[in-house]
Amino acid sequence: YRQVYPEYLPRPDWSSRDKLLEKMARRDMNNRRAVMNIPEFYVGSILAVTIGDEFAPMKVNRFVGICIERGGHMLYHWFILRNVVDGSGVEMKYELYNPLIQKIEVLKLEKRLDDNLTYLRDCPAEYSTFPFNLDAVPLPKGMTVPVNPLKVKLNPPPWLERWERMELKGVENNTRKLTKKQQIRAELSKKPWEKHDLMLQYRGSINEVEKDQIMREIYHENLRKEKKKKVKKFES
Amino acid sequence: NFSTTAPLFELRLLSRVNVVDNSKIGRTAAATGRPVKIIHVYNKTGVAKLGDKVLVAIEREKRKGYIVGCKQKQNPMVPKFDANNIVLIDDGGLPLGTRIKVPVPSALRKRATPEFLKVLSLAPRFI
Repeated sequence: YRQVYPEYLPRPDWSSRDKLLEKMARRDMNNRRAVMNIPEFYVGSILAVTIGDEFAPMKVNRFVGICIERGGHMLYHWFILRNVVDGSGVEMKYELYNPLIQKIEVLKLEKRLDDNLTYLRDCPAEYSTFPFNLDAVPLPKGMTVPVNPLKVKLNPPPWLERWERMELKGVENNTRKLTKKQQIRAELSKKPWEKHDLMLQYRGSINEVEKDQIMREIYHENLRKEKKKKVKKFES
Repeated sequence: NFSTTAPLFELRLLSRVNVVDNSKIGRTAAATGRPVKIIHVYNKTGVAKLGDKVLVAIEREKRKGYIVGCKQKQNPMVPKFDANNIVLIDDGGLPLGTRIKVPVPSALRKRATPEFLKVLSLAPRFI
């Protein structure tokens, strides 16, 4: 549940948190989900998003792409889709609870070795091209989400970010020839103690008890929706 | 010692730009590899954004153009491209090429100036 609904967790801001505001936001999120189906997806899944566009001939505009990043909390949760269209790389940022979004379809539900695929910007175009008429490949029910063990090759440097300093599991041969000065600076910038820092992890996350409460709320909300559906079916 | 900002990918004076239509001058610039640089932005601020008109130095000539794709971070629902794309126009406002190769942001259709609409009519698809 925590992986399927990650946006329900509020911002771990220890100085100021308005619990009433969070409850109201969660209520709004549930109302939106009652109207439009927001599917489960992860970074690395291929999505198709149709938005209402006043200037389009059919009043809707559809974009297909691989989800490279997810961020934001509660109602402001966003995700970025990347695709290479007609030879030019395009990235579209969408807010999950934006009422202009008509439909979100998951064409291929899968995960990748990394939580963040922004390094695809520095990769050859084949790794980011997905045809717009891609057919949805539904996963059989009860199956765990597959992890695509693809290891991507980066373009020769210069890069947009210092990929050699980050531990990217989804990148093949994440080494790069550095000058002596760069090597020294890279060594100095490493923080190997951070993964052992429990207080840092605690401060950057929500209390386990609260997480449990929120997920239970979602579970009960889903049960309520299923009951309503059954009643409707029985009535009709 | 001097301070730097985060990479903003702004289009300003002397920023290189990618010509995206099939005009003759655009094709020769791409073939020879001579960079196409902005020399003036028709804007109150010196920063050119999506849909702004710019004056560009290309093949030892001065041409005007419209920005049709930006590397800069955009608002949600507005596409961000991997290259800064530009479509060239002449002084009269007519586009120099007859076709655009890349997709064009749908949000640009909000700008209703007749000159810009002539450029948008060449777009193969709106993203």
